[in-house]
Amino acid sequence: MDTAMLIEKSALVLLLFLISLGVAAYQTYFERKLAAWIQDRVGPDRAGPFGILQPIADGTKMFLKEDFIPAKADKWLFIIGPGISMFTALITSAVVPWGTNINLFGRDISLQVADFNIGILFVFGVVSIGVYGIMIGGWASNNKYSLYGAIRASSQMISYELAMGISAITIVMLSGSLSLNDIVKSQHGMNWNIFYQPVAFFIFFITSLAELNRAPFDLPECESELIGGYHTEYSSMKLGLYLFSEYTSMFVSSAIMAILFFGGYNFPGMDAFSGNTLAILSIAAFALKIFLFIFVIMWIRWTIPRFRFDQLMHLGWKVLIPVAIVNMLITGLVVAWNQGWM
Amino acid sequence: MESLTNRKKVVSDKPMTLWEKIYIPAIVAGMVTTFKHMLRRRKTIKYPEETRVFAPVYRGQHVLKRDEQGRENCTACGLCAVACPAEAITMTSAERQKGEEHLYREEKYASSYEINMLRCIFCGLCEEACPKEAVFLTDRIVTTEFERDEFIYGKDKLVEAIDDRIDITKRQFTGKRTEK
Amino acid sequence: MSLQMISVILGSLTIASALMVILSKHPIRSVIYLVITFFFISAMYILMNAQFLAIVNMIVYAGAIMVLFLFVLMLLNLNKEMEPETTRMSLFSAIIAGGTLFLVMITALRDTFQYGKGYSAVKVPEAGLVENLGNLLFSKYLVPFEISSILFIAAMVGAVLLAKREKQVID
Repeated sequence: MDTAMLIEKSALVLLLFLISLGVAAYQTYFERKLAAWIQDRVGPDRAGPFGILQPIADGTKMFLKEDFIPAKADKWLFIIGPGISMFTALITSAVVPWGTNINLFGRDISLQVADFNIGILFVFGVVSIGVYGIMIGGWASNNKYSLYGAIRASSQMISYELAMGISAITIVMLSGSLSLNDIVKSQHGMNWNIFYQPVAFFIFFITSLAELNRAPFDLPECESELIGGYHTEYSSMKLGLYLFSEYTSMFVSSAIMAILFFGGYNFPGMDAFSGNTLAILSIAAFALKIFLFIFVIMWIRWTIPRFRFDQLMHLGWKVLIPVAIVNMLITGLVVAWNQGWM
Repeated sequence: MESLTNRKKVVSDKPMTLWEKIYIPAIVAGMVTTFKHMLRRRKTIKYPEETRVFAPVYRGQHVLKRDEQGRENCTACGLCAVACPAEAITMTSAERQKGEEHLYREEKYASSYEINMLRCIFCGLCEEACPKEAVFLTDRIVTTEFERDEFIYGKDKLVEAIDDRIDITKRQFTGKRTEK
Repeated sequence: MSLQMISVILGSLTIASALMVILSKHPIRSVIYLVITFFFISAMYILMNAQFLAIVNMIVYAGAIMVLFLFVLMLLNLNKEMEPETTRMSLFSAIIAGGTLFLVMITALRDTFQYGKGYSAVKVPEAGLVENLGNLLFSKYLVPFEISSILFIAAMVGAVLLAKREKQVID
């Protein structure tokens, strides 16, 4: 590893960090606007033209609020909780290939921080760690609502991780690699996995919603029963970090869904371009796909009511996992047939 | 019973068919509905920039009128206070002195006239009760205050200024007393 | 910093956090230290170029099993007052169980010292990658692999049977 590579990777990491934060901040704005539009309202429009400065105002407000730690809380775990959430939300973007190689200053720069040969497993690993932020924060608050939120989060995440993993295995079978880079490259042009694996995509999408704690699976923080769920006791920027991490992981998991099923940065007719033009167009295509996913996730939130907890468990264990396993078996048979193993 | 609105739906608890049990068609239908709402025109009125058009019968803050020569109409007869269901109006009467003819139209006038805007229900009965066309409800909005006693409006706030008359023609046209 | 140095530091950190698991007073903290220990072990795997094992260790142990541990412990609400008294009998059995485990580990360690020298990670850089692992699992270790999966199915069926409610008859 030479110095130039170190510099370019650090620059990429910094850029990704800033972009993730910026996107997360404007997701809050977009979410509020979308909610308003669906409910025939106007939404935030006072801070700046069309309320475009609203996230900045919200962020400043978060910083200026009193930072409160309950007297009987476990102080260290209370502080660590939001940190873990934010960390796991941000680190997933390291294995995402954001576009084709770009040529800058005579160097061929890969737009992927780390080309892990097991990138997809890394994503699952980080997702499964992400629940600790919620669990630790919820338990450390020493509040019954927070504890309920934490327990709901953990059982929900464990249940849905299984179906998520099984549905993603079909993609690994098709592309023959665990590396996200290879998975994207195998979907060149319009050869997207969604056309081969619609069922797997459907399951993956639902389980992603559950892993993100987004409606209709937002039981860990549901306001109507648990006040704020795991972040009931949190205030100031600690609460801000929890909310931020939710939006950041929404951004990143939209990227993961786009990579696994919608060809990542591939777009139809990409062979006509090359070099930096292709790189910029591929980034734009990827960004468009991510935006559409974010839009759909928010759209679902403002359409579908929340599940009851037993319905959630029923859906996870008795519907999604069997369907995912059958889908995996069929895919395995077809792959084996095509490879001539049968 | 016969339906009045034609909108009633007969509810049944028969078991769902398989098509209904997948829920996906229902979810898609719901999402189509919300998407349609996204494209609708907003009916919001952005208040400080735009203001709503009030109906002509709108009943807002009261005004004590003066006549064409700038004399107060009110004679402190107390009919408005009697008519007021919320008992918001109090007044004290006084006799007009020599040299005050340009201030008050008749021999008796209200030396103080107070309406408690927190009690007032803006029913407009005071206006109907008034035989002298002195008190009217206008389309002005009662402003917010920080102290309760600031809501007790005295003559300083109620009587219209001589050079800044309050237009009440809308209420005169909709009201019953068009004859002079 | 050499690879040797890193592994020594990682190893001592692993042992330190493992010690904290048994030394810390609160069970929740113990579990969290255990999670940290698993992370260090994952780091050791990565150091040996066994990325697949590292991540699987993270997903399965840190991400699923420890979450369940934490889940149960959070529900128990353990405090000092409810601590069960250690009788002489339980102390005795604990010593026997711990000693047996210790013996097993010592023999395992001796085996590594005897035969493990040929399997240096640096010599075979792809040893821990997915392809090699898969090939090994489905050729050399096929029988143990399949037997363990049968074991898992048996455990799953047992769990389902235990969890299944008896049919209630409502008149």
